[in-house]
Amino acid sequence: MQNAVKGKDGITRYLVTIKVNGDEYTRIVKANTLLVNFLRDELDLTGTKRGCELGDCGSCTVLLNGKPVDSCLVLAVEADGQEVTTIEGVAGVDGLDKIQEEFIKNGGLQCGYCTPGMIMSAKALLAKNPKPTEKEVREAIAGNLCRCTGYVLIVKSILAASGQEMETYYE
Amino acid sequence: MYIPDFEYYAPDSLDEACQMLAQFGGRAKVLAGGTDILPKAKTFSPIAPPQTPLPEILVSLKNLEELKKIEYVPGKGVVIGALATHNDLVNSELLNKKYMSISEAAHQMANNQVRNRGTVGGNLINAVPSADLPPILIALNASIKLVSVDGERVLPLEELFLDVCVTCCTEKEILTEVVIPDQKMTGSNYIKFGARRSGALAIAGVAVAVEVENNVIKDARIVAGAVAPTPIRTKKAEDFLKGKEVTAELLEEAGVIASGECKPITDIRGSAEYRTNLVRVLTKRALRKAIDQGHV
Ligand SMILES: Cc1cc2nc3c(=O)[nH]c(=O)nc-3n(C[C@H](O)[C@H](O)[C@H](O)COP(=O)(O)OP(=O)(O)OC[C@H]3O[C@@H](n4cnc5c(N)ncnc54)[C@H](O)[C@@H]3O)c2cc1C
Ligand code: FES
Ligand code: FES
Repeated sequence: MQNAVKGKDGITRYLVTIKVNGDEYTRIVKANTLLVNFLRDELDLTGTKRGCELGDCGSCTVLLNGKPVDSCLVLAVEADGQEVTTIEGVAGVDGLDKIQEEFIKNGGLQCGYCTPGMIMSAKALLAKNPKPTEKEVREAIAGNLCRCTGYVLIVKSILAASGQEMETYYE
Repeated sequence: MYIPDFEYYAPDSLDEACQMLAQFGGRAKVLAGGTDILPKAKTFSPIAPPQTPLPEILVSLKNLEELKKIEYVPGKGVVIGALATHNDLVNSELLNKKYMSISEAAHQMANNQVRNRGTVGGNLINAVPSADLPPILIALNASIKLVSVDGERVLPLEELFLDVCVTCCTEKEILTEVVIPDQKMTGSNYIKFGARRSGALAIAGVAVAVEVENNVIKDARIVAGAVAPTPIRTKKAEDFLKGKEVTAELLEEAGVIASGECKPITDIRGSAEYRTNLVRVLTKRALRKAIDQGHV
């Protein structure tokens, strides 16, 4: 059924293969290994951030089979055989993604801690809905908290990445 | 934060999953989306126990593809697999056509990331009073199926909930589906009232389903959430409405009666008085909306 071995310490470990940003990684993990820690500690992909660890802040957002999820609420064993995209997989060989460019151009980040999660949520939104309304953008990032920007420039950046201007005028 | 060690199994079939639960007895629990069970099991240190520790073993349902479907079965109704995620409910064409109020209720839950993982089954079995799906599903007279090695049983969803976080689903049983029977109801609606629009739990929530003909209420079901240990039907208000002509006063009066039937507690999200008053207002508004919008 699954590749598992019980160690001398009495703890069972599991062989998992997860496709991350296009490459397959096989590792041995404990059942309590969270996907966010698998990415950060096992694969050194530290772009994915850990904030609340409870599903509230979205700084750990990655795409699991194309859909944004909080990687702090997913066990690595649950992601076995699945595809994960992290912020490291967003830029192409020929440069940054349009969304990343627009975040830089429009001042969509200050400290940057929320940014990887924001961009993953934006990425999933634009893949599904290339011309979202401002309301749809705000809805898509409702699970991503930002303590710095006040969101306006983040929304503006995402709209800009979809080739649109923000309609609401904020002073 | 970390989760203390546990063992993990991911059976390939429902049969196998049932056998495991029977074999492990109380040492195992089912894992669906994990959005409830995992955060509650986290702790900062071994001396600070988590809110609800995990059992020794988790049995993951992730390979049970057949429980992820949402489909219409003639003669039975709309069958929602227990592993359908909240976003599956939001995006289901079938639900948007037949029971938009369920899609809308799901859309008001949590946030996009959590809606991509959290499941219908987890929301029901979890049985927190503030859960958003039970009120609208009960208002639409949903039934559920529980399966174990001993066989299966079908019961009204209403009967699942016994107390705060307590259901009649035994440790051997797996919830496999929720069925919404064909309706006579002409309108339904769930209004959640939380501190924010996203990521906030309900302070109170009211779901209604009504059958209205020539402006007369023939049948009504009203279910309130987060105002008692379990979701409750406010049957006095339901009976009061039956056979009466719709007027603003009638709906107001129904709200007053419904608010008298709930038994809320005071907690960090709101006081008992506030919640009682919310039930009055939300009942009135949900009824108005269900009557005016003309779809279930
Ligand atoms: C940030 C955040 C916001 C949230 N917001 C909301 C909200 O607005 N409204 C709301 O209602 N909830 C909310 N929740 C709670 C949670 O997301 C939901 O209750 C969700 O539906 C739980 O489903 P799950 O599949 O993740 O459950 P899990 O955590 O996998 O399981 C929950 C419980 O149900 C049992 N279980 C699960 N599936 C089955 C089954 N098929 N048969 C038998 N037992 C089963 C498990 O053993 C466990 O005890 C929120 C959670 C988070 C983290
Ligand atoms: S760290 Fe995962 S949601 Fe906050
Ligand atoms: S830029 Fe600092 S949290 Fe968003």
